[in-house]
Amino acid sequence: MNFNATLIGEMIAFAILIWFCVHFIWPYINKAIEERQVKIAEGLSAAERARAELKNADTKVADEIRKARQQASEIIDRAQQQANALLDKARGDAVVEINRLKAAAQDDIAAMAQQAREQLRERVGALAVQGASKIVQREVDAATHKALLDELAAEI
Amino acid sequence: MASEPQGGLTEYIQHHLQHLVPHAAKEGFWAVHIDSVTVSLALGVIFCLWFWLKARKATSGVPSKGQAFVEMVLEFADGQVKDVFHGDRRILGPLALTVFVWVMLMNAMDLLPVDLLPVITEELGIKHFRAVPTADINMTFAMSITVFFLTLFYSFKSKGFGGYMRELFTAPFGSHFLLWLPNLALNIVEMVSKPVSLAMRLFGNMYAGELVFMLIAGLFSAGAGLAGWALYGAGIIGYTVWGIFHILIITIQAFIFMVLSVVYISMAHDHH
Repeated sequence: MNFNATLIGEMIAFAILIWFCVHFIWPYINKAIEERQVKIAEGLSAAERARAELKNADTKVADEIRKARQQASEIIDRAQQQANALLDKARGDAVVEINRLKAAAQDDIAAMAQQAREQLRERVGALAVQGASKIVQREVDAATHKALLDELAAEI
Repeated sequence: MASEPQGGLTEYIQHHLQHLVPHAAKEGFWAVHIDSVTVSLALGVIFCLWFWLKARKATSGVPSKGQAFVEMVLEFADGQVKDVFHGDRRILGPLALTVFVWVMLMNAMDLLPVDLLPVITEELGIKHFRAVPTADINMTFAMSITVFFLTLFYSFKSKGFGGYMRELFTAPFGSHFLLWLPNLALNIVEMVSKPVSLAMRLFGNMYAGELVFMLIAGLFSAGAGLAGWALYGAGIIGYTVWGIFHILIITIQAFIFMVLSVVYISMAHDHH
């Protein structure tokens, strides 16, 4: 146990070391640590926020998809209805057209038959006159017997 | 050492327990322990440079491994302070860090082979050299007395001169005037016992550790022939085992010194 000036010298050295540490070491390292703590805290909260946003977006997307699907089915329904309506209308139109054409055709047929009958009548009249003139062996005056011939033709 | 005469263990140990002192003052107050001062200052400078260099380049981004290590040490010290002291840690934190690292480094000098530095210095013509500053009672008391002054400073600072004096005379027994002297006596005992126990604990551990290393080292030259070789082997094993155990002591003593310093100062700070 021999105390001497070493004690005082070491006390001064110790004090200087503490002073150095207080002024040149501690503040800088501590600042770095604290700044990093802030950064990490910010990063964690940002990640948390991003996760919440992602969840939000997910529900929004699901919502949108559901809405879109609904809209699509509505559109399909409407289109089908429209198609049906068009088809019905076309069918109606077609029926009308068919009836019209059928009627026209029937008219034509009737007209043609009439015409054929007229021609036939005329021809038969002529033939009958020819035949009759041959049969009676004399000339029949067409003009004189026109009424008679017309009557005959009408009877055919 | 092998050159010691037979039965020279005592002499060997006595030789190793002598401090390096100046030629001009071999005894008395000015017989400064040059070895303690040199080693402690060198370690103090190493500590300062090391941490200062890391502090200068400290980044709040991704730290280098060196910076991370320094930060771990710092946060460890800071955590210990935080546990016992509730206030501004801008002085106490660095104090704890300095105490911990410096004492740790000085204790770690014990892990160098006991003869390494003495042999080197002997080559340089210096006869005595003790490598472990904390095994020098001047060193440990220097630190504990500095801590004691800091406790006084903080006592005055937080309570004022009058408040501190009142506490010295009225706590813990009471404020009756007959109790003033017993109070004061007890407080003085308490005040003195803190630095003494703080210094003696560290000194005792390190001194004893050094002594055990020397005793084991004595085994290397303890005998001749086969017995000598057996003792040599025992010496190697003993040195290794004690060295490994001593790592624990070094750390624990540095830690205890730091924690107690902080506790004493924080007690001074927040006495009722």
